[in-house]
Amino acid sequence: MIRQLITTASLALGVSLVASAGFAAGAEDTYIEDYDFSFEGPFGTFDQMQLQRGLQVYTEICSACHGLRYVPIRTLSDEGGPALPEDQVRAYAEFYEVFDPTLFDGEGDFRPATPKDNFPESSLSNAPDLSLMAKARAGFHGPYGLGINQLVKGMGGPEYIATLLAGYTGEDKEEAGAILYENTAYPGGWIAMAPPLYGDDVVYEDGASTELEDIAQDVSAFLMWTAEPKLMVRKQAGFNGVLMLSILAVLLYLTNKRIWAPVKRATKKQPAE
Amino acid sequence: MSGIPHDHYEPKSDGEKWLHRRLPIAGLLYDTIMIPTPKNLNWMWIWGIVLTFCLALQIITGIILVMHYTPHVDMAFASVEHIMRNVNSGHMIRYLHMNGASLFFVAVYLHIFRSLYYGSYKAPREITWIIGMLIYLLMMATAFMGYVLPWGQMSFWGATVITGLFGAIPFIGEPLQTWLLGGPAVDNATLTRFFSLHYLMPFIIAGLVIVHIWAFHTTGNNNPTGVEVRRTSKEEAGRDTLPFWPYFVIKDLFALAIILAIFFAIVGFMPNYLGHPDNYIEANPLATPAHIVPEWYFLPFYAILRAFTADVWVVQLTSFITGGIIDAKFFGVLAMFGSIAVMALAPWLDTSSVRSGRYRPMFKWWFALLVIDFVVLTWCGAQPAEGIYGVIALIASAYWFAYFLVILPLLGVIEKPLPQPETIEDDFKAHYGKGSGSEGAAAPTPAE
Repeated sequence: MIRQLITTASLALGVSLVASAGFAAGAEDTYIEDYDFSFEGPFGTFDQMQLQRGLQVYTEICSACHGLRYVPIRTLSDEGGPALPEDQVRAYAEFYEVFDPTLFDGEGDFRPATPKDNFPESSLSNAPDLSLMAKARAGFHGPYGLGINQLVKGMGGPEYIATLLAGYTGEDKEEAGAILYENTAYPGGWIAMAPPLYGDDVVYEDGASTELEDIAQDVSAFLMWTAEPKLMVRKQAGFNGVLMLSILAVLLYLTNKRIWAPVKRATKKQPAE
Repeated sequence: MSGIPHDHYEPKSDGEKWLHRRLPIAGLLYDTIMIPTPKNLNWMWIWGIVLTFCLALQIITGIILVMHYTPHVDMAFASVEHIMRNVNSGHMIRYLHMNGASLFFVAVYLHIFRSLYYGSYKAPREITWIIGMLIYLLMMATAFMGYVLPWGQMSFWGATVITGLFGAIPFIGEPLQTWLLGGPAVDNATLTRFFSLHYLMPFIIAGLVIVHIWAFHTTGNNNPTGVEVRRTSKEEAGRDTLPFWPYFVIKDLFALAIILAIFFAIVGFMPNYLGHPDNYIEANPLATPAHIVPEWYFLPFYAILRAFTADVWVVQLTSFITGGIIDAKFFGVLAMFGSIAVMALAPWLDTSSVRSGRYRPMFKWWFALLVIDFVVLTWCGAQPAEGIYGVIALIASAYWFAYFLVILPLLGVIEKPLPQPETIEDDFKAHYGKGSGSEGAAAPTPAE
């Protein structure tokens, strides 16, 4: 009965945990492609070259309207990220203008950014900041609110972004003075953002494919890094933690067995009543 | 401290005697750690240690997070991102704190259901149970306020919905809600007071934990048989019990290590699985998320809150009798708090003289149904409140109340319990004394 109870209880809790993760419902009618990203799974890592390509796409296209306000430019040289050389990061920073409130006798003025600054904010008021976009969206839901999809495929933020970027049908309509574009990944089907990518929008130095779906994945991977810059350190820490605790558990198991052995032996030696 | 006869601390050296005459702290610690513990405790008795660990983990990681967090509506979200990006190991500390809350609630629910199955709440342990319920309530308050602090969309809208519950109280509701929020809506005043209270409450919980432990150290632990430890002599008590150290400390630490290995896998590999993506969007009072859903550990009670809609006859009847003072919204709030209240009253609602569910053939099935009911409620809480989900939530809510208010009182009268073992020693022997022959027992283990 004990074992049954424990099994029921742990099963029950397991199910409730899984169930609870599935609440991110909403867009059941949209389709999200399950792309294979290099950073998926417990041992997945960022592909440094892909992050650099994604940075290029972001810089040449996305940054016209969107910003990355929470991302310090200096982190572009971090290990486990795009890992650009520091002089390149310094040169890159100067592309951007940032507002510095200390300049011009305290009234503030614009100056070229330095690596210490964060990326600028969105320049268009209705363009959301992209720093956390890959964690702020879920690609997969359900089934039946059980969250098994997310458990198997991940939350799917980068998948959502890539599918969205490649998901325009080419149809548009005018509504309340704004043009909306049909998109198969966007909840509701119509999005205000004009198609940003068509394929061959950038020229990669490393000669990688510039097909629409490939650049969409490159920039999605980059946005996953901006959202979760410590992903690789975190997985390493998780792996170390699991390993150490497993060893500790084995040692404690043997200690426990040893301590209880005399008690159990004494019980056996007593005549059965 | 315990009513079970056992060896007490005797100061030996002159230094110990000197201290003992002035402050018997060594004796207090000795008696606490060496408390006689029923030797037949099973693996469901490990959650206390896990919970103590969780409280310590949350307090330590929380204190570090506070060093870098800014409680202001314009800066809170950015300061969390600062922790995630710029603070050394900040991302690990925050993910540990975030998922630590989930581990805390996994453990507390298993701990509570352990109690409910083995009748640990029954006399003479009612005070332990009531203190435990208070701790659980404070945990929920603390977790709720903590979830508001990152100032994401779910933080803001969760706070708006939950504090709105107080607005449902007739007459005083709206002034009360304004007083709680520090204004007409969730804003900076709300964030700062939630921050203050989120920091304060864990220390109150720690105080209550000490009282909780004090209470069950006075009555002694319950155990899977529900049979009391023999107290007539030290010798007899010694045959039913073993000292807490080292027998149960090492056993509990072994279990804790396994649980933490799983916990670290979640923190390391999928730290956002139990969270909600919307909370990575900064709070925006002008944009309501499509689905406002609380954290998973509130879902069962959230389901009960939403289950009693205006078209349920009980709600209509109540509304009619009270002349509309108790409307559907207030009924839902009462049901939610009531569902925890009936659980807290379990010691007085359970009429059975048998403690452990092991010897209660009918109770077992009703209890299993309660566990399933809890899972169903959790699931319902995550679903949109419409159509078939509403019906399922209502049935599940009704069973929750029926279990405590009808089934527990009735079972004690109609159920015929199975024979219980005379002593804990007999139960232990039934498990480990089977091979009373010589070879099995005499064979030395390789470690020796």
